[in-house]
Amino acid sequence: MAKQPNKKQEVGTTGHSWDGIEELNNPLPRWWLWTFYICIVYAIGYSIAYPAWPGINKATAGFLGFSTRGQVAEEIAAVETKLAPMNDKLASVELASISGDAELNGFAQSAGAAVFKTWCAQCHGDGAAGAKGYPNLLDDDWLWGGAIEDIHFTITHGIRNEDDPEGEARYSEMPAFGRDEILEKEEIAQVVSYVMSLAPGSTPADASMVEAGAVVYEDNCAACHMEDGTGDRMQGAPNLTDAIWLYGGDYDALMETVTNARYGVMPNWNTRLSEAEIRAVATYVHSLGGGE
Amino acid sequence: MAILDKHTILEKNVTLLAIFAFLVVTIGGIVQIAPLFWLENTIEDVEGMRPYTPLELAGRDIYVREGCYVCHSQMVRPMRDEVERYGHYSLAAESQYDHPFQWGSKRTGPDLARVGRRYSDEWHVDHLTDPQSVVPVSVMPKYGFLSNKLIDGKYVEDVMATHEFVGVPYTDEMIEAGKEDFAAQADPDSDYDGLLERYGEDVQVRNFDGQPGITEMDALIAYLQMLGTLVDFSTFTPDASR
Ligand code: HEC
Ligand code: HEC
Ligand code: HEC
Repeated sequence: MAKQPNKKQEVGTTGHSWDGIEELNNPLPRWWLWTFYICIVYAIGYSIAYPAWPGINKATAGFLGFSTRGQVAEEIAAVETKLAPMNDKLASVELASISGDAELNGFAQSAGAAVFKTWCAQCHGDGAAGAKGYPNLLDDDWLWGGAIEDIHFTITHGIRNEDDPEGEARYSEMPAFGRDEILEKEEIAQVVSYVMSLAPGSTPADASMVEAGAVVYEDNCAACHMEDGTGDRMQGAPNLTDAIWLYGGDYDALMETVTNARYGVMPNWNTRLSEAEIRAVATYVHSLGGGE
Repeated sequence: MAILDKHTILEKNVTLLAIFAFLVVTIGGIVQIAPLFWLENTIEDVEGMRPYTPLELAGRDIYVREGCYVCHSQMVRPMRDEVERYGHYSLAAESQYDHPFQWGSKRTGPDLARVGRRYSDEWHVDHLTDPQSVVPVSVMPKYGFLSNKLIDGKYVEDVMATHEFVGVPYTDEMIEAGKEDFAAQADPDSDYDGLLERYGEDVQVRNFDGQPGITEMDALIAYLQMLGTLVDFSTFTPDASR
């Protein structure tokens, strides 16, 4: 307290006075002042080096020629150049030979895992175990084929979509037996009972219907799901004898399947992913456990 | 410097202080905002951009109503990781018909600027109805009620006229046919030639939710499925200096 009057004489006041309280005119700390000046100089330099001042229809470009678009293009190009030898090789060798080449296989596996997490996991699940309507890719039950060439084709063109530029999407359509009145409700219940008798682990809701169901099956289903119910990969018709269900194997789910049919759609990836990326993810999927 | 001593006048007169504060903010605002109206890189013209079709516009209104923007951005930033995850970075022109724009500011979920055609309609129905059925760890809420609400595009022509008023180039013909186009886009068996003529061959026409009738679900999926698909980046290379 005693110091204050001296200080006032030393530095003076700003002349501001509120209700008798006066404001001392202390100088700014030197380090602060110099930081402030340096910032100003830096800002001027920065606005010359980088795009800054707006003009009539363009901002000044800055003598470093920087642009965010240019930068991202450069970064992408740099990574692409680095990976080009591997990617070119991956995109050009025989599909079947990828797994035999340890280096290429390792590259394809890790690139494929990344592609899968980004583009496929939402439907097929993080760990590729699938969900109702989205097939499990870990098992050896394949709708359209589990050889690397089949998987590659499925991924490239997709399934039942209308976007594939080459129009090669895998296609088939199970009739809606109930909705389109091809079968009576009674007959559907019979054939569902028969289907349940085929799969290990499920018992038909009504055993007395199985025999009649077998006849309905023979007439309406065998063309696609085959006489013995093992399915047809040419048409993506699932195997009905393996207790692996895409849409559910209980009575209600099966009634729904046969009444209204199912129409699983997968997008084509040839417009979003490069050939090397498609091959990488095909290699990855093929290696998950069910590859043939 | 005598003028600097005058600040006590402002400090002691609240009305004057308000007037001068307003002036300062106005000048600052003009300096920041005005150039955006004439700088070439903010008004870049890009081939393929078209106004939303009536059904998409209705879907967009549902998107805004449900606050999807609270968790989802629609703006792929020009950075390598984003371009690799989502696709080509967004251009200013791609939101030129958005009133208000949906860039968003927070990503609880992924960016949606390029979600169009990335998933199937069936997946969108499954996911919107019960996100956890397809993505078990998802924190996204369920929007199954959208399937129960039938809509008929009663106000869509008014909404289009309002957008026209703020600068979206809807023609009188488009606005007059609003309700008709609204219904046609969700019905692949309808006569939708007029719709394609007005909005281009690439408009996606189908029954988006697979159920009879046009519901809010149809409109929302029609909107999601066109997001980010208008500009064809296989033929268009943005000017790097912008
Ligand atoms: C929009 C959802 C969706 C996305 C995304 C998706 N798939 Fe699929 N996929 C499906 C559906 C649905 C099927 C089954 C179609 C059917 O019923 O025949 C399928 C089938 C497959 C099959 C064939 C399985 C078999 O048993 O023959 C493979 C392989 C496959 N997907 C791989 C991928 C890969 C790799 C990706 C990522 C690049 C991917 N999928 C992304 C929905 C999707
Ligand atoms: C035109 C060929 C065709 C005919 C005929 C056909 N199906 Fe199918 N079926 C398919 C296809 C293709 C699928 C797969 C649909 C999908 O993946 O979206 C399928 C799927 C199923 C499924 C679902 C399997 C699962 O894993 O969830 C059942 C059950 C089934 N069919 C039963 C039948 C029965 C019963 C009949 C006769 C009444 C029948 N199908 C007739 C082609 C056919
Ligand atoms: C509470 C935050 C939240 C809200 C609100 C929300 N979402 Fe999501 N959304 C998420 C999360 C988290 C994910 C990622 C997990 C998943 O796929 O469910 C997601 C994923 C998505 C995806 C898949 C994106 C992709 O590329 O994988 C779509 C499409 C989507 N949401 C649409 C919507 C729509 C439309 C609405 C409004 C009706 C909405 N979301 C509201 C959190 C939200």
